Amino acid sequence: MSVGLPHYLLVSLVLFVLGLYCVLTRRNAIGILMGVELVLNSANINYLAFARYSSGAYDGQVFAIFVIMLAAAEAAIGLAIVLGIYQTFQTIDVEATETLRG
Amino acid sequence: MSGLSIGDLLFWLVAVVTMVSAAGVAFSPNIVYSAFSLMGTFMGVAALYVFLAADFVAVVQVLIYVGGILVLTLFAVMLTHRIADVRISNRSVGRLPSLVIVALVFGVMAKAVFSAQWHTITAGTPMPTTYGIGNSFLGDYLLPFELASVVLLAALIGAVVLSRKELTDE
Repeated sequence: MSVGLPHYLLVSLVLFVLGLYCVLTRRNAIGILMGVELVLNSANINYLAFARYSSGAYDGQVFAIFVIMLAAAEAAIGLAIVLGIYQTFQTIDVEATETLRG
Repeated sequence: MSGLSIGDLLFWLVAVVTMVSAAGVAFSPNIVYSAFSLMGTFMGVAALYVFLAADFVAVVQVLIYVGGILVLTLFAVMLTHRIADVRISNRSVGRLPSLVIVALVFGVMAKAVFSAQWHTITAGTPMPTTYGIGNSFLGDYLLPFELASVVLLAALIGAVVLSRKELTDE
């Protein structure tokens, strides 16, 4: 069976699941951001796989570029916030930052 | 093995490298190893983009993810010290419930992937995509394209404001 759409979807699914696991279990804020990057990459693989095997148009590729752009903005803002948290709490453990917990 | 061509073999090689390094990101006890595994994942995903005939997106992936986001992540990892201490650097909690949730999600979605009747076309010969993408950016997607530049500017200013030192007059 030659490689086709389901195989790319499978790889993307594995990346998504690993990213979800990363977000759920990590308590290091940077680790959580890494999980989000994995999820975004898996979404991009889906976009490009459908663009190649289902539509043949450029829309999927354009969307993938927008996703990459948003991921860059997210990483810049997210890591700036993480560094701010570190300066305030001397740790980036997300369970230590519970000042606002009711 | 008769139906396995060189291209398919390469695909599976890249796919396995990608998934194994993604597993390294998710399971590694040390945040530095996680960050370096992330590089393997990004490069593998870029190779998958090449297989999907998306040359421009693959180059963008290498430039922005590997050259930008990964370096930024590594900077953040190194700046937040005590990284050598595993218990502090990359603590994981709730492994078992998370594994159950993740396995359920995987099962449902894998069933969906392999049972759905996807509308497929025969994929044509890979062609350079830059021309079409440029036309889309300045045609159908002009407004999102311009909004993207505003978003990037806002993110840039926001990151500077968030991470600068507060200067107060005595």
